[in-house]
Amino acid sequence: MIDVKKIAQLARLGLGEGEEEKFKKELSSILDFVEELKKVPTDNVESTDHVTGLLNVVRKDEYNFLSQDDEVKEAILANAPQKQGRFFKVKRILE
Amino acid sequence: MDFKKLTIKSASEGLRKKKFSSVELTEAILDEIERRDGEIKAFLSVDREGALEAAKDADRLLAKEENLSPLVGVPLAVKDAILVKDLVSTSASGILENYKATYDATVIKKIKEIGAVILGKTNMDEFAMGSSTENSAFFPTRNPHDLKKVPGGSSGGSAAAVAADETIWALGSDTGGSIRQPSSFCGIAGFKPSYGAVSRFGLMAMASSFDQIGPLGKTVEDCFTAFNAIRGKDSFDSTSFDVGLDLGDQLAVKNMKIGMPKEYFAQGLDPRIEMLVKQAIEKLQDQGAQIKEISLPHSQFALACYYLILSSEISANLARYDGIKYGVCRSGENLLDVYLNSRKDGLGDEVRRRIMLGTYALSAGYYDAYYKKAQQIRTLIRKDFEEAFKQVDVLMCPVSPILPFGFGEKTSDPIQMYLCDIYTVIANLAGVPALSMPCGKVGNLPVGLQIIGPQKGDSTVLQMGSALERLLK
Repeated sequence: MIDVKKIAQLARLGLGEGEEEKFKKELSSILDFVEELKKVPTDNVESTDHVTGLLNVVRKDEYNFLSQDDEVKEAILANAPQKQGRFFKVKRILE
Repeated sequence: MDFKKLTIKSASEGLRKKKFSSVELTEAILDEIERRDGEIKAFLSVDREGALEAAKDADRLLAKEENLSPLVGVPLAVKDAILVKDLVSTSASGILENYKATYDATVIKKIKEIGAVILGKTNMDEFAMGSSTENSAFFPTRNPHDLKKVPGGSSGGSAAAVAADETIWALGSDTGGSIRQPSSFCGIAGFKPSYGAVSRFGLMAMASSFDQIGPLGKTVEDCFTAFNAIRGKDSFDSTSFDVGLDLGDQLAVKNMKIGMPKEYFAQGLDPRIEMLVKQAIEKLQDQGAQIKEISLPHSQFALACYYLILSSEISANLARYDGIKYGVCRSGENLLDVYLNSRKDGLGDEVRRRIMLGTYALSAGYYDAYYKKAQQIRTLIRKDFEEAFKQVDVLMCPVSPILPFGFGEKTSDPIQMYLCDIYTVIANLAGVPALSMPCGKVGNLPVGLQIIGPQKGDSTVLQMGSALERLLK
């Protein structure tokens, strides 16, 4: 049985009143639905992570335009709910 | 001049022959949005000023240069999941209510450089999760063919805008059918290119191994033109590549081999849809195309396989919406509470459901049973396609097993909503190109036919669609 409280905490999702039960019911029925996959024999079948077959696409280790453009930096910070100077402001994480 | 019936092709001809200017065309369409969108609700935001500015630039370009792209000066609408610099881009989520994009997606950069005119951003299911546009955090969009019905989703705003003549064409994104199903419901054409054919840079990620940007238009021919403008390898998307495109649009239908996957003409399909799709295919047969029944044996597992991989990728991709860098931020005693509260208030039910399903499928002890198993079945599904395309050139089947449905009909049971995508997810699992095009109506409700091609067979799919479009005229 899915432990919704634990999963929600892992996923950093708060739950409102009555939502634990609601999600438990819905997620259980989705899990029942995907149960049919267990019927498919997959011994020695490779898994598909990606369909393109492209491998190790790399770029030169140079700065990119976004991180070096002051205007972009300002625009990014303008979207921050809380900031101080040039920094995102977050709650203390070390006591 | 009736601007409403214009396609990319006829608008572009009108602009070249100086029948009207881009400013006149853009103003007429903006007026139509004003007149009509109160009832359709396809747009989340309209950028009148920016559109008219772009139209003026386009007119200058048209005055001095020839051999321009047919998209120059032609207005389009953009799904809200695609970033347009300086415009609010929310993906129809509360958590991004005031988020202003800081850069252009690659597809936007391309069409801006060409000289297209962006009208505004269209409504969608929150972060593209849904099949009816009812999951928008702001409001639902209505189907222009019947205001009591949903337009499909998740690109429901883009599809409805095209169908209601509130734009000439639109950009959408398709993760499991999100371009094709609303195109089918709204009676227009919509194309999901091969995975990697169009850069995903600047598209808000839902499931990165499925997501693909594509065009929605009034005709297949328009989708062809728009796809040609946005495709190509991009250094900002390492999964992108150049898919060759054969622009000759006169495909000889004779001797083309068309496969009808028997699993997609089975129980659960509305017989009225089945009849219209089969009638359209018969038209091709009359022209000498060979029709063959084929089988995709693992297709019955496609939807479950899709939802597991999808949710797993979602749980990782949506971790970025944490209330710190942008978007809604709720207070809390410590950092954990800030995350919990911001994501509780900012994200809707379907989004949270999928994040939790994915978190569960990837968590210790369940990874092999769910995620890995699904990835293996994905391989089997891809092989089904490889086998099928040894025998035929394209596959044809319905886009949706059901007609456009009413508001609230499927919102109480998530699985009922997931079943809307039963014929479309398979193309995303295999990364192959797929087109939705109108093939008739049941009453006033449109029906879409789907054409699926092999990986990188984008030209064949679009040419076949154009050929059928001419036959159905």
